[in-house]
Amino acid sequence: MQVALFIPCYIDQFYPQVGIATLQLLEKLGCDVSFPLEQTCCGQPMANSGFASLSKGCDANFVENFSGFDYIVAPSGSCVLHVKEHLQDAAHPEKAANIRKNVYELTEFLTDVLKVEKLQARFPFKVGLHNSCHGQRGLHLSSMTETMTPSFSKPEQLLNMVTDIRLSKPKRNDECCGFGGTFCVFEEAVSVKMGKDRVAEHDDNEVDYISGGDTSCLMHLEGILKRQGSKIKTIHIAEILNSSL
Amino acid sequence: MKISHAALAEKFIADEPRTDWHDDTLWFVREKRDKAAHGLPEWEQLREWGSQIKDHTLSNLSNYLKEFEEKAKANGIIVHWAGDGDEHNKIIHTIIQKHKIQKIVKSKSMLTEECHLNDYLQEKGIEVVDTDLGERIVQFRKEAPSHIVLPAIHLKREDVSETFHEHLQTEKGNNDPQYLTEAARQHLRDKFVQSELAITGVNFAVAETGGFVVCTNEGNADMGAHTAAVHIACMGFEKIIPKAEHLAVFLRLLARSATGQPITTYSSHFHKPRPGQEMHLVIVDNGRSKQLGREDFRNSLKCIRCAACFNTCPVYRRSGGHSYQTAVAGPIGSILSPNLDMKANADLPFASTLCGSCTNVCPVKINIHEQLWKWRQVIVAEGYADSTKTIGMKTMAYLFSKPSLYRFAGKMGRRMMKAFPFMTNNKFNVWYKQREMPKPPKESFREWYLKNGKINRK
Repeated sequence: MQVALFIPCYIDQFYPQVGIATLQLLEKLGCDVSFPLEQTCCGQPMANSGFASLSKGCDANFVENFSGFDYIVAPSGSCVLHVKEHLQDAAHPEKAANIRKNVYELTEFLTDVLKVEKLQARFPFKVGLHNSCHGQRGLHLSSMTETMTPSFSKPEQLLNMVTDIRLSKPKRNDECCGFGGTFCVFEEAVSVKMGKDRVAEHDDNEVDYISGGDTSCLMHLEGILKRQGSKIKTIHIAEILNSSL
Repeated sequence: MKISHAALAEKFIADEPRTDWHDDTLWFVREKRDKAAHGLPEWEQLREWGSQIKDHTLSNLSNYLKEFEEKAKANGIIVHWAGDGDEHNKIIHTIIQKHKIQKIVKSKSMLTEECHLNDYLQEKGIEVVDTDLGERIVQFRKEAPSHIVLPAIHLKREDVSETFHEHLQTEKGNNDPQYLTEAARQHLRDKFVQSELAITGVNFAVAETGGFVVCTNEGNADMGAHTAAVHIACMGFEKIIPKAEHLAVFLRLLARSATGQPITTYSSHFHKPRPGQEMHLVIVDNGRSKQLGREDFRNSLKCIRCAACFNTCPVYRRSGGHSYQTAVAGPIGSILSPNLDMKANADLPFASTLCGSCTNVCPVKINIHEQLWKWRQVIVAEGYADSTKTIGMKTMAYLFSKPSLYRFAGKMGRRMMKAFPFMTNNKFNVWYKQREMPKPPKESFREWYLKNGKINRK
């Protein structure tokens, strides 16, 4: 099974440990993982700001890098959703279509493709899970409080395989953290208020870590936690699943 | 120039305890909605039916409107057509003039808000009394409703007490809800008894019967319409449903989605004027046919105005309805308003994180968050994005299409942040205002991979 690792740009630049954990985890689970070296970004920052028309070059580069693999896996629900919904390449429409079909967010790849049932991971801390909207409502990684459907959660299913972890849920289990891409600066006041409210609920649960499948949300929450001088840390779910503390 | 949503939101949030209260109050309504929806095993099926009936109706709208007009006329209702808000207001004014009427009561109608009917009539020296309690409160305060179902949701009981003290001479500082409601009740009873003309909105207009349904919790539509000699009902043309039996779907969806009630206290069915009464119906376009012609946005006309998307929206809850500056605020307003005035409302589709909760609660399955995304593309294409954003985006797009340049810029950026933290940690960086910057690592993932990855192990 040929798996291409897609590391979103901000993870590549600011959170390499998330990429490393993802790679090591996939290799541990027996995947043959390649990292296409000329990858950059999925194009979401432009598209979500209304400039999808500008992302043609970025999209073409993505298609060039990620064609020909059985699966493309990324530790980000948001970037994966963007690729799934919007990746276009006028010169190679079939290649783009194949990528849209074969791109997976890490946790769904583990539960649905690899069908992981146990993990050699230990993480002896109290962890609050943040459900990122694009992963949850976009990719359906878990059931949503708005819809009247049976409850499930792929990230929780995996975290429950980790030894000594204590999971906790915030009061509003699937409220947005307020990152929202460029929203975080163009609507700074609302964005920060939303983030503070998320943090407060995890704080009430006295968690050691806030974890989730999207580093973008976690970066925003981390920024707020650090400014508050909080002891709570953020950690990507891949780092927990790959952890052997 | 119009003040931006972001600026008004910032002002709203400046009072953090009040923002928390606003957020909690609306979240409580959202949870009531969840409970009510959970009570129906067929909830998702109902949404699907609601959606399909509305889709079908919009695809055959001209036929249903003709059928409705024919039946309504046969019932003795006088039907008017208005191309825009101004025409709507003129029609109503003409009816009022014809009857030389002074006393007018109005039950809640978001359409008349959209058309600014009150202002229009006031300029002509005609006073309209809003009879929905929440609307009466905001009318006293000369404010716009901040929510389409709960117009005074931005106000606390102390605010209401103050307003009533000023306008209804209630005891100063008496914040008892029962006392205040009683005062409003006595005040409104007088208005109902004296009224000669009643204006109502329309929730559903039934093509096969020519009748229409108005849903209220206070019974104020009935109180107005049943005493007045003239009843004018106003509706946007998308309020049509084909058959009376379809009410079985929509009445169940509407109140559960709006407030978590199984049904509104009053679902009033009007079919024809009572003996001696005159009944008018004003059917309004006001941009709706334009929206119907926009393939990506047409299904926004399915909206039944339940406001579930308001209550669930994390941005609305923390910015308040007035920050949108439109008759219909919240997520649905942000996809309806750019159609009415793209320039003035260019920032609204951006007042969202695209979290998608709105789409999930919508009882008629409008893909609200996807339409927000699409409006962003249209607004940029039409040239309504600000120039600094455009330059930033162009630079970013260029960088991401040139891998080596992207890597160079990333490396330089990280080095700069490390060596000169003040370059990013300053007041010009909006992120930094209330959040710390991420700590730049010594190497990127790619740099680590080149040293430690499979390519070097082979």
